[in-house]
Amino acid sequence: MHAYANPARFLKIARALTPWLGWGGLLLIAIGVGYGLLVAPPERYQGDSVRIIYLHVPAAWLGMGGWTGIAVASFMQLVWRHPLAAVAGRALAVPGALFTAICLVSGSLWGRPAWGTYWEWDGRMTSMLVLLFLYFGYIALASAEKEKGGEGRLTAIFGLAGTVNLPIIHYSVVWWRSLHQTQSIDIVRGQSAIAGEMLWPLLVSAVGFSLFFGAIVMMRMRADLARTKVEARLRRMAEA
Amino acid sequence: MKPKSQRLILVSLAVIALGVAVLLAMSAMREQAAFFYAPADVQRLGLPLDRPVRVGGMVKEGSLRRHDDGVTIDFIVHDETEHTIPVTFTGIVPNLFREGSGVVAEGRFQPDGRFVASEILAKHDENYMPPELSDRGLHKTETIE
Repeated sequence: MHAYANPARFLKIARALTPWLGWGGLLLIAIGVGYGLLVAPPERYQGDSVRIIYLHVPAAWLGMGGWTGIAVASFMQLVWRHPLAAVAGRALAVPGALFTAICLVSGSLWGRPAWGTYWEWDGRMTSMLVLLFLYFGYIALASAEKEKGGEGRLTAIFGLAGTVNLPIIHYSVVWWRSLHQTQSIDIVRGQSAIAGEMLWPLLVSAVGFSLFFGAIVMMRMRADLARTKVEARLRRMAEA
Repeated sequence: MKPKSQRLILVSLAVIALGVAVLLAMSAMREQAAFFYAPADVQRLGLPLDRPVRVGGMVKEGSLRRHDDGVTIDFIVHDETEHTIPVTFTGIVPNLFREGSGVVAEGRFQPDGRFVASEILAKHDENYMPPELSDRGLHKTETIE
């Protein structure tokens, strides 16, 4: 991990990795979502509305995955003062917020026909909405701190503190009786309550969205580093 | 000790302390954060007559009955205990509402123990299965006969 904290080395790897992540991700999304929407069977009770799962579940995982990344970056920023950690945190926040929003909107659209409501304040939905607001707070704080020329230490503390919401989201359906169903896929035990014909396009779609998410993060980090370089050069020219 | 290791210990301790604090807070609000009362809770806490509440559980198999007016239904909500709640509802139920499936009803208890619902929400469980081969492609909503 430490070896990649060097911005120059990181840029070389990121530049080579971006197209693979981006196009590979899009290809897998096309396969997973395409199969899910057109070929996979409808669900016995939900009918065709189940197909929203191929977007909703990957979006939920990435919304939480994005903040997991922020947690790691914040920790590295606070402990080791890695020059890239703050850049990574800022790059993760916007796509993380986007996927969290996609998760909330798609879930709401599914909730109307299935549950009979667009929105209820149950544990899962409320904690996911809190995650979206945490992203907004993080983005605002990060850009404010960057503008002032800070290292991003406050942002990192906020990122680390906000991480407590992740276990709350995960266990919200276990701790509290909720409207949202409990988890269907147990990655640790390798068990799933989803029929195979629906499970594999879901997993392909999730991997695809994850790669695509990675491509967005790489591009945002490269843009961020390039902007810093431009600003430094402009300052030097102004001084000369 | 190097400042780096000092920070490592300090930040780790802070994270652990925060995590424990939140876990304690969450377990303390176990009751308050629940979305609905199960039949066993109603038995334990008494009927909350003074305010609208949500009750939830499974719609008991064979308990669903439609009144003559065509829009009012009666059914029994049960949970893993032997306690049950009789529910009456007038209106349109969601797609996933059916016998043997999860339900959340919003409304008020009557003094006789019957729950009059103003809104019915259906719950889906964690199982995602295709329809039986015989009716594949034809989504049948088995709700009220």
